Amino acid sequence: MASGAVSNGHAGPREPRSATATGTGTGSGRGAGVLQNGCTRSRQQQNGKPKTGHYKKTFSESFEQPPMYVPVLTYMGYGIVTLFGYLRDLLRSCGLEKCHAAQERKEQKDFVPLYQDFEHFYKRNLYMRVRDNWNRPICSVPGPTFDLVERVSDDYNWTFRYTGRIIKDVINMGSYNYLGFAENKGESLSSVAEVTMTYGAGVCSTRQEMGNLDKHIQLERLVAQFLGVEAAMTFGMGFATNSMNIPALVGKGCLILSDELNHTSLILGARLSGAIIRVFKHNNLQSLEKLLRDAVVNGQPRTHRPWKKILIVVEGIYSMEGSMVRLAEIVALKKKYKAYLYLDEAHSIGAVGATGRGVVEYFEVDPTDIDVLMGTFTKSFGATGGYIAGKKELVDYLRAYSHSAVYATSMPPPIVEQIIRSLKCIMGLDGTTIGIERVHQLRENARYFRRRLREMGFITYGNDDSPVVPLLLYMPGKVGAFARRMLKKNIGVVVVGFPATPIVESRARFCLSAAHTRQMLDTVLNVLDEMGDYLQFKYSRRSPSVRPELYNESDFELED
Amino acid sequence: TLGNKMATGQQWVLVEMVQAFYEAPAYHLILEGILILWIVRLLFSKTYKLQERSDLTEKEKEELIEEWQPEPLVPPISKDHPALNNNIVSGPPTHNIVVNGRKCINFASFNFLGLLDNERVKNVALASLKKYGVGTCGPRGFYGTFDVHLELEDRIAKFMRTEEAIIYSYGFATIASAIPAYSKRGDLVFVDEAACFAIQKGLQASRSNIKYFKHNDVEDLERLLKEQQLEDQKNPRKARVTRRFLVVEGLYMNTGYICPLPELVKLKYKYKVRIFLEESLSFGVLGEHGRGVTEHFGVNINDIDLISANMENALASIGGFCCGRSFVIDHQRLSGQGYCFSASLPPMLASAAIEALNIMEDNPDIFRVLRQKCQRIHCALQGISGLKVVGDSFCPAIHLVLARSRGLRENDVKLLQEIVDYCMKQGIALTQAHYLDKEEKALPLPSVRVVTTIKLTEEELDKAAALIKKAAECILH
Repeated sequence: MASGAVSNGHAGPREPRSATATGTGTGSGRGAGVLQNGCTRSRQQQNGKPKTGHYKKTFSESFEQPPMYVPVLTYMGYGIVTLFGYLRDLLRSCGLEKCHAAQERKEQKDFVPLYQDFEHFYKRNLYMRVRDNWNRPICSVPGPTFDLVERVSDDYNWTFRYTGRIIKDVINMGSYNYLGFAENKGESLSSVAEVTMTYGAGVCSTRQEMGNLDKHIQLERLVAQFLGVEAAMTFGMGFATNSMNIPALVGKGCLILSDELNHTSLILGARLSGAIIRVFKHNNLQSLEKLLRDAVVNGQPRTHRPWKKILIVVEGIYSMEGSMVRLAEIVALKKKYKAYLYLDEAHSIGAVGATGRGVVEYFEVDPTDIDVLMGTFTKSFGATGGYIAGKKELVDYLRAYSHSAVYATSMPPPIVEQIIRSLKCIMGLDGTTIGIERVHQLRENARYFRRRLREMGFITYGNDDSPVVPLLLYMPGKVGAFARRMLKKNIGVVVVGFPATPIVESRARFCLSAAHTRQMLDTVLNVLDEMGDYLQFKYSRRSPSVRPELYNESDFELED
Repeated sequence: TLGNKMATGQQWVLVEMVQAFYEAPAYHLILEGILILWIVRLLFSKTYKLQERSDLTEKEKEELIEEWQPEPLVPPISKDHPALNNNIVSGPPTHNIVVNGRKCINFASFNFLGLLDNERVKNVALASLKKYGVGTCGPRGFYGTFDVHLELEDRIAKFMRTEEAIIYSYGFATIASAIPAYSKRGDLVFVDEAACFAIQKGLQASRSNIKYFKHNDVEDLERLLKEQQLEDQKNPRKARVTRRFLVVEGLYMNTGYICPLPELVKLKYKYKVRIFLEESLSFGVLGEHGRGVTEHFGVNINDIDLISANMENALASIGGFCCGRSFVIDHQRLSGQGYCFSASLPPMLASAAIEALNIMEDNPDIFRVLRQKCQRIHCALQGISGLKVVGDSFCPAIHLVLARSRGLRENDVKLLQEIVDYCMKQGIALTQAHYLDKEEKALPLPSVRVVTTIKLTEEELDKAAALIKKAAECILH
């Protein structure tokens, strides 16, 4: 019963569970209606070139539900581990089992305990059993393959010992190296090396004081040019780009409408802003429109004064689901209700779109329609930091009032140079076609990998074009077994469980890269096929040929 | 009988009523009918009526939506806002710096130990770059942990003589993530009102109850602690689960003064509060070996629950670290938001920080030299008429504030900027301390910040002091 309730709860957010939507007939009636109301026409006028619809590609995302017994068994799994946890805690408190966890100092035993017991219970009894699958240290470039430092545990993961050996050439399915700019081959890093030697590694000041380098200005111009907007500002950390700039944009008397699966940094930024936050269901336009309508009609709670401004916060690609934002429809909604749109392209910039310009390009949306374009350089660009881009007034305001500009050290020059180099490569300014080839290669890799997984009968989440591919494992026992066995086969995978995902939806996550060769992917797929049979997580009940089924569903939807 | 009589009586009334009904004029009947209907309507519609009044029709809603005009996303700012005319540094921001096309001596960057253009550091960074590339392409949990990160954590822990250290990829995010990892809603934080912005943001994120005490005023702190003690006696059950923290800075970024650490440690045990110490300015500066304010005072580092510092000042790299006992620090590996959810520090910057630590260990003398230089300029800046020095003599980042305010803050800022510009023209690069006026808890006075680095020669220090004096004479009189 419990599992039914939960799985229903999750069915809601991701409605429609499997949708194929084309230019004119979107999955949601309202969104489509709005789009026909002149939005497309006005854009035609602005651009001066005809664009018939918002996008012609099929929008195909799926979130297949597993058979009923899977969540039941998953809950049982957690139940058993929890029971054993209590048993072992009992043994530890009697002194029958040695407690490995660090203890409070004797002098401070009478202080209020530093952290809550449940939090610690989970860590001690559940996380500790599978801890070896995270934080695996690597000792090479995080490219398509990497070298891992071998570590073993003699005390069931409480401590690790490094054997001194290196596990060579592990296929890397975990790093966000979408375009393969995490590299050190040949001359690729020569400009970065040069900048390191002239500028040094740090900056030692902030943008407003003595840390506004010529390099930063060069980078920001290039970013704005790349995105097709008036101006851009860059920051030293992607996480902080969100958490330190949202408070500069909205405050008391403002409303933030946030997707329920937004990244922690966006949530933190929203909280620090002091604005009221309301959460809409993941990528669900009806839920968003209802909130928007309510907000505009009813105003602020209690006072009923109109909101000062409403900011919709969404991500381009959601990193745990692999889903893509329904951008065109959201733009239409935000125009209708005069809200502002904050788009976090952390995982999508460089990774999707015909020339790597993110979901904005993918959905053929005018970049000037997005009020705040945010993204990070950590992923596709193989660097670190983030940007905010948009109208000149926006960026000018941030230069003056961003927390980061005033208080945080600016981006170090070698990092700046790495971003410049990779941006130039993507834009073709380096005189080669390497960049665009990588963008295409990534798309091919993502589609190929997803198609093969589906054919094998795995449940995967997300959009067909998204390079983030979650593969559902569900049961906690399988998470650990899967990651360990994959490593034995020399494949490095990322597995995620509670609390990063809903409790029954533990998963493995693959991040495709343009640097993955077909051969590497085939190796991984073959091992996965084998593993799927061995560990039995081929849960999909869909017919192996997927396309006809999707068409059927879309027909059904167009009828209502 | 009586019963019969009553029955006939009632019958008679009924008959009469029917008769009256027939005889009554039509208008009367209609009127009464309407009245009855009205009463019925009132009876049944009352509850609906209220809701109806607040329910808007679709049309009205559309009108409201049409009508609503939001404020602009950002208010316009004037073209001559200082932030739109930031100094532009061409080339490396080191000892000799080119600001706005003019060669200057740098008195503004927090490059205390001059490690920014140190050849050893650069070479190590370069070697690391060639081995690892630039970015890590992942958070620590997902293949973003490199062997150099582990080495750096280990080295910092050893250097500070603590059990464990944890590194963050951004200085600001370090203390701002560390505080909310421990202090939750309902917990209590005592904090110095001059605490830097990163601490303020960490406190805000923690949603704890915050009590500010006067800057470096131990008595005021004790007063608050005592008040809390009384409160606790009233509600001992709540007191048993309310964690208490004391958040202070080693050297205050906003004032340049050192915290009275030994007294604070005494209060810690007396009132059972845990001390979090932010050492971004004092790490690599104070103490015989640069271990910071604990070494400066000879306080046992185990008495401090958590020390955090960024690696962006003395270490001249990027990022930050927290160190302390494993019992405390390890908790952040699953609870520190800036640690778990952010890409890890680029390996080349971690390598640079390791080499910077090596240099600090190889040359413990540099801390003494830095201290002398700080004292020299602190001394030379005394007695300038119109300007007051704020900060301890051994602090490498001291403030010059106006001895007499000109009333409005803007006017003071303008005057100080004139002094900065004057010095800049003469080849001394200075800057005002920048704050977000509306966001700061206790907005510090406008000030020119004078940063001392080990690279500055005695002549340069004297020259700068003399120049500032001259500037003050020209501008403030």
